[in-house]
Parts: sequence; C-alpha cells; structure tokens
Amino acid sequence: MDKTIIQVAGLRKEFHVGDVTVHALKGIDLTITQGEFVAIMGTSGSGKSTMLNILGCLDKPTGGDYFLDGINVAGLDKNQLAEVRNLKLGFVFQAYNLLPRTSALENVELPLFYNPRVKTRERRDRARAALEAVGLAGRMHHTPAQLSGGQQQRVAIARSLVNDPVVILADEATGNLDTRTSYEIMELFQRLNDQGKTIVFVTHEPDIARLTKRSIVFRDGHVIKQQAVTDRLYASELIAALPVEND
Amino acid sequence: MNYTNLLKISGGALLRNKMRAFLTMLGIIIGVASVIAMLGIGQGSKQSIREQMSGMGTNLVFVMPGSQQRGGVQMGPSNMQSLTMDDVTAIAKECPHVAAVSPEVRSSGQVVAGNKNWPSTIYGGNVAYMGIKKIEVADGRLFTDKEVHAMAKVCLVGQTVVDNLFGEGADPIGQTIRFKKIPMLIIGVLAEKGENSFGQDQDDMIIAPYTTVQRRILAIDHIQGIYTSATSEEESELAIAEISTVLRRQHKISNPADDDFRVMAQAELVKMFTSISDVLTMLLGAIAGISLLVGGIGIMNIMFVSVTERTREIGLRMAIGGKSIHIMAQFLIESMMLSVSGGIVGILLGYLISYVVSGMMGWPVVITSQSVVLSFLVCSAIGIFFGWYPARKASALNPIDALRYE
Repeated sequence: MDKTIIQVAGLRKEFHVGDVTVHALKGIDLTITQGEFVAIMGTSGSGKSTMLNILGCLDKPTGGDYFLDGINVAGLDKNQLAEVRNLKLGFVFQAYNLLPRTSALENVELPLFYNPRVKTRERRDRARAALEAVGLAGRMHHTPAQLSGGQQQRVAIARSLVNDPVVILADEATGNLDTRTSYEIMELFQRLNDQGKTIVFVTHEPDIARLTKRSIVFRDGHVIKQQAVTDRLYASELIAALPVEND
Repeated sequence: MNYTNLLKISGGALLRNKMRAFLTMLGIIIGVASVIAMLGIGQGSKQSIREQMSGMGTNLVFVMPGSQQRGGVQMGPSNMQSLTMDDVTAIAKECPHVAAVSPEVRSSGQVVAGNKNWPSTIYGGNVAYMGIKKIEVADGRLFTDKEVHAMAKVCLVGQTVVDNLFGEGADPIGQTIRFKKIPMLIIGVLAEKGENSFGQDQDDMIIAPYTTVQRRILAIDHIQGIYTSATSEEESELAIAEISTVLRRQHKISNPADDDFRVMAQAELVKMFTSISDVLTMLLGAIAGISLLVGGIGIMNIMFVSVTERTREIGLRMAIGGKSIHIMAQFLIESMMLSVSGGIVGILLGYLISYVVSGMMGWPVVITSQSVVLSFLVCSAIGIFFGWYPARKASALNPIDALRYE
C-alpha cells in the first residue's frame, strides 16, 4: 500500500465579496498517494484554482480537513504554513515566476535560502544537481532573459525539486508554451513521476491530462468525475510523432 | 533563515538594479557629505577664532577706560583719562589672582626710516607687556626695566613694518626709525603672528617702553589701558573682581554703576565670538540636515516602487517558503544597505569636500568624530524609518494575489 500524501475530507472554502458569500468549494473529498500523477481539470470558476491554493498551503480552507504528509494543515498559522510550503511543496507556475537578471543557478537556490538547515555549500550542490536533472547542466549561469520559455520552465521545475518536496504542484505549467515544448515539459514531468515524484497538475487541456495517470474534474465547487487515465499517452512518443521542424 | 542569507538576498536585489541603487544612494551621499562639510567648516571657523583669540592669551584680563557721567555730561570712553600708573601699581600689589600687569599707551602715525615711511601704530608697555599679550621676540632683545625708567628711545618692530621700511628679509636691528619726530633705535624684531580673525594685521606694530610713548610721543599723564594676566583662565573671573575692587577704591567709586572703567576677560570674548559661529554652524547643519531628510524620502519612494514592481517576486518568495518576517527583513535590509553605504560614501565625500574647500578658500576645516558618528547614526535611522513602511507593505501582501499581479 502506497503512502498517502494528500488527504482532503469535507473541504469547504467560502469567499465574502461584499454581502455575497461565494461557495468556491462545497465539500471536497480527495486522496492522493505517493507516486501519483494527477490532473485537476475544470472550467474557470469550477474551484480548481482555489483547490490548488489550498493544496499549496497558500490559502486556508473555511472548513474540513487537509492532511499533507500526515500533518493537518488546516490548523496551522501563517508562519507554519510558510515552513510547510518550503519543506513539503514544490510550485511550478504558468508564467515561470523566475527572478529577472538572476542566473538559473541562483533561481534554483532560492527555496534553500529559506531553509535554515541548508548551508551555502550544500545549497549550491543541490541546485546544480536539480538543474542537471532537468537537462540544463550547460545553462546554469544564464539569466531568464537568455533562456527560451521551455528552458525557463525547466529552471522553475528544478527550483520546485531542489527542496525534495513530497508533492509538486503545477499550475497550467504548459499554458505559455507551444505544443512541442509542452510535450517536452510533460516528458520531464513523466520522467520525474517515474522516479517516484508525486505530481498534481492543474490544466484545462484534455490532451495534456491524458499524459497523467488520473484525472479529477471540478465543476461548481464539486468533484464531478474522478477516473484513472485509461488511454495514457507518453510525451516522448508524441514528440517523435511531431513533424520535423525546419530551421 | 540566517542573517547571511538575508544579506545575500538583499544585496543581490540591489545589485540587479545598480543604477537605481546608486541614484537613490546619491540623495543620502549628498546629504551626509554636506552635513559633514558644513559642520566641518563651521567647527573650523569656530576653532580658528578660538585659536587666534587664545593667541593673545586666554587668561588675558584688560581694563579700558569706561564712559561716565560728569556733571550730567556723558563722556565717551576714549576721552576718559581715568586710568593712571597708580592703578597699575595698586593692581600689581593687591590682586593675588593677577600674575602680571602692564600699562598700555598707543599712538598711530607715520614711521619714517631713511626715504621711506609707513603708517603704523606704536604700543607702549612695561617689560611684562609682551608676555601678557603673547607677543614674542624673533630676533634681537626685549627692552629692560632700566630702559623703561629712562624713557629710552628703543623699540621692537613687527615684520610688516620691517618689510615696508627696510625691504623684505632685511635685518633692521641697529637701525633708527623716527615716529612723530622721535628717533628710536630698533633693538628687536617681533615674531610673525599674521592676520587675526578680523583681518587686522598683527605684525603691523611697534612696541616701545610705555614711558617713551607716554612722555616723549604723547606727552600725557594717564594711560590708555591696563593689560594683566590672570593666574589661569578659570581664575579670570576672580581677577576681574579683584581689579574692579581695587580700581573702585583708587577712583573713589562706591556704586559699580558709576564705574569709569571696564574690565574684560579674553575668555569672555572668545565665548562671545564662538557662540556666533555656533549659531552659524547650526544653521548650515540644519540646511544640510534637510537635504539628508530629502535623501531619506528618496529611499522611501524607491522602496515603494521596488515593492510594487517586485510584487510577483514577493509572491514567489512567499510561495517557496518565505515568511512575512523574511520579506520584511529583506526590504528593510535593502533600504538600510542603501542608506548606510550612502552614508559611508557621503562621509568620505564630505571629508574630500572639506579639504578641497579648505585648500582652495583657505578656510580652516575641523571634522569632529562626533559629526561623523552622528551622521552615520542618522542615516542608519533613515534606512529603518523610511524603509519600514514599504517593507511592511511588502510583508503584508497575500501570496495568491502577489503571484498573479500583473
């Protein structure tokens, strides 16, 4: 039996906009175990972004329980949440969110700055290793402006890996990329998943979701469909099938 | 999170915006440099006044004839003939806090030597006179008690007089000059003192025995002033009291309001003039302080821009585990780095300006460690004060909103 990484039970989230109360999440039950590759899907307003914010410990639920790696996150305060984010979570954003005019290596080092247990030497070594793992060994001292979109996203993925998180949360991580680069990034995610990383991937593209192992569909604050991906695709095969680019 | 990491983060952020960081620092640099330079110039002028006036001896206490009403007529002080040699003798005998005393008589007129002449002033005193007024003999000798008694026609001349009558570098000792038709033998040359703080040439003088000046040149019985040395600067006040008592008895005055003399201490004059320069220094310092304040506001302005511009960075830092306190510390350290490094550069620049000014304008400059420490503390405080609000704004951001900020 695989270890449970994320367990959500009866999770509710309400927002107060003026006098109106918006029920963004209306009682979500969800379990994600180690080694899973989950796609969270849904149209805008379905609650998937709110779900991701709560899973990412950036926001606190109004009610219900959320166990992350055995810790009940719902009861933690702001600073404890920051620590959880630092040690347990890796984020990959649609817009990469790298620091400008800062080398790839320094960008990847960033989460380790907030981890007091990591010393300078170890920080550098781990950042190097993470960049090598995403295939950017030769680009360590390039700034984001000197990197392509796909390479920038790889730096961001290396950054999410560097603290060895229990789960990587990717928010539309291929949204800003062309088809080929998207597949390349997805290939990287599939490889990391094969190595045992748990990945939660928010997307609204059904063909990207087919590259994962399980899809969870949100609508109006409810999970309306949860199913294993039966006709799973492999990014490496998709790339091979793409027409050869003429440079 | 350790401090080294915070310093690295903040330093890195500043290095990414070198030009902007430098321009922001410039406000502080100019502010601190002007504070240092202004205070330096102010302190310098104060010290030079003090030095020059002390050049005449800080324990100097002197008596001038004072104005007095005679039968309802107010007399001008210069017309008064109230001081006599008897007063000098009485002061010498009865005032324990007076170390030395000399009469003073003086006369202005043309000095003639050969075919040259020069307008100067001849001062008459006794053998203690030059000691009291801290005038030294550079060459030759001082006149003796015997020569004072004999109304000897001898004198010592200042360098300006030598230059104008005998040419620069000439040795006038043994030569004769005439002052109001009285021929006098030069027995010594006075050590150079230069100009005093009022621009008066202190080398344009002749010193002779007071008897010679009083009897032979002026043909008067009274004296024009009494110069004394108090036993120390602190005892000047005691000396003034003793001299006043003696003179009142000598002049048969019972009510101090009727005094026909004025007793003053050099120490008081020094205090008066330095207080004027203190006021000036404060004014200059205040103006420079305002520019420092403006520099501080510049830092706050840039920090606000920086927080707004880096909202996404702040969101990211929070998402990857930065706590509010880390974000706050980062921006606070950034603003302190700006202000403190600006302060250090400003202090160096202030030194430079001070020395250039003193070199070019000939103004004395004194930079006290006080003003350096003060301006350094002020700019550290500015860093915290003006950095605090933007830093708080940054740390209060909601990471979800900050990450989506466009």
